[in-house]
Amino acid sequence: MKEKLEVSSNPHIRDKWKTSNIMTLVVIALLPATLFGIWNFGWYAALLILVTVGSAVLSEYVFCRIIHKKSTVKDMSAVVTGLLLALNLPPHLPLWIGALGGIFAIVVVKMLFGGLGQNFMNPALGARCFLLISFARYMTDFTCDAYTQATPLTALKAGESVDILDMVIGTTGGTIGETSMIAILLGACFLVAMDVIDLRIPLSYIGTFAVFVLVFGGKGFDLSFLSAHLAGGGLMLGAFFMATDYVTRPITKKGQYLYGILLGLLTGVFRIFGPGAEGVSYAIIIGNMIVPLIEKITLPKAFGKGGERS
Amino acid sequence: MAKFTFRGGIHPYDGKDISKDKPIKVYEPKGDMVYPLSQHIGAPAVPIVQKGDAVLVGQKIADAQGFVSAPIYSTVSGTVKAIEPRRVITGDNVMSIVIENDHEFKEVEFTKPKPVEQLTKEEIIKLIQDAGVVGMGGAGFPTHVKLSPKEPEKIDYVIANCAECEPYLTSDYRRMIEEPEKLVEGLKIILRLFDHARGVLAVEDNKPDCIEKLRKLTENEDRISVVALQTKYPQGSERHLIFAATGRAINSSMLPADAGCVVNNVDTIVAVYHAVTQGRPLMNRIVTVTGDCIKDPCNFFIRVGTNYHELIDEAGGFIKEPEKVVSGGPMMGFAIFDLDVPATKTSSALLCISKDAVSSAEATACINCGRCVEICPGRVIPSRLADLAENGQKEAFEKMNGMECCECGSCSYICPAKRQLTQSIKSMRRMILADRRKK
Repeated sequence: MKEKLEVSSNPHIRDKWKTSNIMTLVVIALLPATLFGIWNFGWYAALLILVTVGSAVLSEYVFCRIIHKKSTVKDMSAVVTGLLLALNLPPHLPLWIGALGGIFAIVVVKMLFGGLGQNFMNPALGARCFLLISFARYMTDFTCDAYTQATPLTALKAGESVDILDMVIGTTGGTIGETSMIAILLGACFLVAMDVIDLRIPLSYIGTFAVFVLVFGGKGFDLSFLSAHLAGGGLMLGAFFMATDYVTRPITKKGQYLYGILLGLLTGVFRIFGPGAEGVSYAIIIGNMIVPLIEKITLPKAFGKGGERS
Repeated sequence: MAKFTFRGGIHPYDGKDISKDKPIKVYEPKGDMVYPLSQHIGAPAVPIVQKGDAVLVGQKIADAQGFVSAPIYSTVSGTVKAIEPRRVITGDNVMSIVIENDHEFKEVEFTKPKPVEQLTKEEIIKLIQDAGVVGMGGAGFPTHVKLSPKEPEKIDYVIANCAECEPYLTSDYRRMIEEPEKLVEGLKIILRLFDHARGVLAVEDNKPDCIEKLRKLTENEDRISVVALQTKYPQGSERHLIFAATGRAINSSMLPADAGCVVNNVDTIVAVYHAVTQGRPLMNRIVTVTGDCIKDPCNFFIRVGTNYHELIDEAGGFIKEPEKVVSGGPMMGFAIFDLDVPATKTSSALLCISKDAVSSAEATACINCGRCVEICPGRVIPSRLADLAENGQKEAFEKMNGMECCECGSCSYICPAKRQLTQSIKSMRRMILADRRKK
């Protein structure tokens, strides 16, 4: 018999899920979109992804070393951040900009606010917006060997026609990971099946956006216009992979619906009334800011306090 | 059909297969018996024997002190060896009566009460009170207090808590399989106290054999029904059991009686049966000795006061070195550091595990994943409450419904960051309750 028995407060058993498992599942769920992006845009895209992920992971490691904290690289969250950022970059972006984005996402948006779980803004999107403002010319240049025209959403904004089938499959211009609706939904289904995300935010987000487009889109009840908006730009990637980011979405169930509706409205406003074709990134970032407020007004009723039957 | 359940809850590995098919085995103690004077909620009992006194089985050795308290009886015959502080499962030293066992188990003559039909309600409650019956599910709340609500005519349901939702525990299961008659008869006795009440035997649906047996036994009982609850932890939590069985919800500051309910655990109801029909005080209980370290896991019928060491030896001892020994179930039980402690009225199990999931898991940052919110049966936000608790923000903690937590441990179980959520919340609740008492 051992000299000493372990003593701790109850409960004495734990679920097998760990933070790093969840993050790994998110990386796996992003693989279809990643692989499609590489197939669609070529090997340079793969290099850009590697550099961006690498810089994110390395900057987290170095930052932890500098502030003498135990390295948190093993939790895989930096990989997720780097990958999400990379999927939001144009396929022919100079590598140094990708690397800078990775560093900004981790150091400025995440670590300076206290590291994993403390950042109030999605690091990948924060970095993307930083790059968009700083290097607008590179960040909005989507021409490449395969696609010389504008992205479908830009074409749509200009009143040109787009091929919906191409947009669903993903054989269009755009950022590395956003073009293929099929690949993104495949990953999203995996996350839902593995219980990593639920559909509260994506459905309320996409649903609200769809209604907004039908009402304010100026095309009346035009289903092909609507489908182009749903399949185009970063909506699918944003709704399933970035709006659902644990750290920066509300933790309350009602708050999650509210948050999704808010994102749908903001995205609608930005896309339909704004000067640019895109709006998902900004919508989510602004949504992130309002999360504390949303949580405050959606505090659930405790059991036995009148909220039991819902 | 609506499912009998509540929202939230978890499905941990239940470990019941290890011991569920082991018939109840009577164990007669060999060594000294220890009776802590505080085996229940309320004032500790007061010893009425002295060192050197000879005692018999069933002899009262400590008397209740006030209404919310319970007497304690000797469960062996022998001599009072000492009245001194002894270690109990919580690690505290509690004033205890130690009796040297003479191994003859000579009983006092129990005065058999009148037949149940002739007893008044007051007499029934008196018998239960005198027998020292307390809630044997773990809380140890004196049963006669529970059975004396302000307005007994307003009680609509007497619920037998047969959920046994804690993983590994099989003592209630064995009782229901082997002696379901006593459970049903005990419930009928309690129903005598409440004219307008219906009896509900609430069993989790992972025990279909029990459900079938109890249904058969209660076929002709108009006032008793059997309810199959969805299997889920913490289905046996009093508030959630009431909700699942009746659809009535009470918050933390209400009593079951406020919802017209009285809830008692299986072993408690059997103890009521013995007290009222035979005049026998609460002296025995069933303890499941289980876990992957135990050679021969068992359900023992023991005498209260038996040393834990003896139970482990009787179960064949350890085949693996245990890293953790828990008195009770893995969700709500106490981890003990010394096996030289007595089984009390509330000891439901002795769980010996070779790999402790808690000490090997390092707590990392909360990623706000919301799993604790998803499963919280109290519908609070455990992760935020734990933050507030760790920062000592009492007011904000209460505002965020911190006091509505039922301390079931589900949040700590599910947390992927392995935070000690329940522990933080529990300590804060203790502090706030202590503050309230001071006022």
